Amino acid sequence: RDIVLLWPPPAKYGGRHTVTLIPGDGIGPELLNHVRELFRFSCVPVDFEVVNVCSSTEDDINNAITAIRRNGVALKGNIETLHTLPASHKSRNNLLRTSLDLYANVMHCKSLPGVQTRHNNIDIMIIRENTEGEYSSLEHESVTGVVECLKIITRTNSLRIAEYAFKLAREKGRKRVTAVHKANIMKLGDGLFLQCCREVAAGYPDIAFDAMIVDNTTMQLVSKPQQFDVMVMPNLYGNVVSNVCAGLVGGPGLVPGANYGHDYAVFETATRNTGKSIADRNIANPTAMLLASCMMLDHLKLYDYATMIRNAVLTTMNETRVRLNSPRRCSPHTFHN
Amino acid sequence: EEGLESWFRPRRRVRVLVQTPEEGRVLVQTPEGGRMQTVTLIPGDGIGPEISTAVMKIFEAAKAPIQWEEKNVTAIKGPGGKWIIPPEAKESMDKNKIGLKGPLKTPIAAGHPSMNLLLRKTFDLYANVRPCMSIEGYKTPYTDVDLVTIRENTEGEYSGIEHTIVDGVVQSIKLITEDASRKIAEYAFEYAKNNQRASVTAVHKANIMRMSDGLFLRKCRQVAENYRDIKFTEMYLDTVCLNMVQDPTQFDVLVMPNLYGDILSDLCAGLIGGLGVTPSGNIGANNVAIFESVHGTAPDIAGLDLANPTALLLSAVMMLRHMGMHDYSKKIETACFNTIRDKKVLTGDLGGKSKCSEFTAEICQRVRDMD
Repeated sequence: RDIVLLWPPPAKYGGRHTVTLIPGDGIGPELLNHVRELFRFSCVPVDFEVVNVCSSTEDDINNAITAIRRNGVALKGNIETLHTLPASHKSRNNLLRTSLDLYANVMHCKSLPGVQTRHNNIDIMIIRENTEGEYSSLEHESVTGVVECLKIITRTNSLRIAEYAFKLAREKGRKRVTAVHKANIMKLGDGLFLQCCREVAAGYPDIAFDAMIVDNTTMQLVSKPQQFDVMVMPNLYGNVVSNVCAGLVGGPGLVPGANYGHDYAVFETATRNTGKSIADRNIANPTAMLLASCMMLDHLKLYDYATMIRNAVLTTMNETRVRLNSPRRCSPHTFHN
Repeated sequence: EEGLESWFRPRRRVRVLVQTPEEGRVLVQTPEGGRMQTVTLIPGDGIGPEISTAVMKIFEAAKAPIQWEEKNVTAIKGPGGKWIIPPEAKESMDKNKIGLKGPLKTPIAAGHPSMNLLLRKTFDLYANVRPCMSIEGYKTPYTDVDLVTIRENTEGEYSGIEHTIVDGVVQSIKLITEDASRKIAEYAFEYAKNNQRASVTAVHKANIMRMSDGLFLRKCRQVAENYRDIKFTEMYLDTVCLNMVQDPTQFDVLVMPNLYGDILSDLCAGLIGGLGVTPSGNIGANNVAIFESVHGTAPDIAGLDLANPTALLLSAVMMLRHMGMHDYSKKIETACFNTIRDKKVLTGDLGGKSKCSEFTAEICQRVRDMD
């Protein structure tokens, strides 16, 4: 059974799929409303099961997880993590990812035509380990004033993510995979990750493999991003690198992201911003969320609808010649069939 | 403080400004052509010796009152079997308090830890400061960058505490302590105050690492209370990265724990043109400060007179500013920037074809012309 080509759940009810929708906080609700409207307008055979998650209680997130287990696929906005709550209250987004074992976060950064950026011809796929590493949320205060935070790297998960990266690279016809690490300092942890990547790379002789230290990687990304093809890395470096790449191609409003597990898939914007400061003002850029919904349609094998919506979004962007950081009226959208 | 006796000589009239009582930096302002300051110089390996010579020549041309004391820091095994730097080097640094260091190499399988790590531990260099300013004449896609990254240098993710719990599961410990966080926050605000910076931003990931980065953030907030005229903001690491590559002009002084600092300071160095033009300074306990170039030893061009001394030179300029010699620092910095802006004499990595000695001579000439 191919890990990459996850079978979507069969559409049980009259040929329509049911997808869990988690609006989240900030700009999430308004962007997902746009997605729903667009789907309704385009007659996409997808029904949304809306589950609201409040930041403070336990039950809501469990309901959301159960709903995703039921439907298999979800589209979500980012859920805010309030600092005022005690440290035992974990990030809801993180809880979702680890409970459903969504081990691979995939982000495709491509320079979009019609978007002015400092660098051109960027085409990078970033595969980030999504469940362990620095995001294990295992912390304790051993002595007053001294806090220890554990970063866990396991062989199983590192092998899994490396396999995923190479399989995806082969499927998409990519030539090179770069592992990003800091094994010169974290010799055991990142050393293990690197070793696992090398082992998997040995099984894919058609794909070139190299490794780069994370600080050098960020430096190279801002000077010559065209040199990168596919990148695989542990959790925190993935956070940094994916945000840098999103910034390079035009900002958080343009790049979609997907979280894949063995049995479930959750789609969202790549940089997972809550966007509290621009919420409810009709200025948030819906492109990222719309492209994420297209990725979801691809996953559900509704390729025609996905292509139609994707073309509509990209054509609109190209025609109206979006200038980034300018307030854009979010609601009117031209549709081309 | 026992270190202060060495600064005072009853015969000479010297103005002393003590900045803060606790981690006091003593800036000695000498009258023009006054008492020589001794600085420990560590040339380093690879291209280290040639760029150090270049810097010494330029300082001589500027008639800066700096006396260089060259020391070697190759690690030796001390009593008890621990790796230490040679005692003469340590004594020299403790006496002079200021050091300038070129690139050091850590030979693989030498058995000792990285040289930089050893120096850091020996002198308790807790703050790494990297000012990143766009260099006119060295074009990058990013213009008008003017920010400073201040990174906690002793703990955090680089504490080096790792265990294999069971076969195939590794645990790395990230350590955040109240003391270190407070010290770095205080240094950051002091730096902002002394260099007329408007705002300090704390970079963190407290939504995921609730307790550790939460502690760091709390300490920063507490220290910010004492500096009401400096604006304090907090920003997630990912948001900083995202905004940095889109609009770096919005950032001023950034303070952060070890790993984020490592990544962000190299990101910012990339914005202005790379490690070959980025200065860096490390501030330690007991007023020790070591300024260094952060690029590698470049063994492939060592000894061929092709190296670019800009990074070490700008670090030396940072050192002069730290010592309060603002006139000399301005003179040398302007000469360096003008040389790069005019693009007539540039080393290979800056896009030119000149040799290191020619580049140095050009800067020396400009410095002399300014007098």
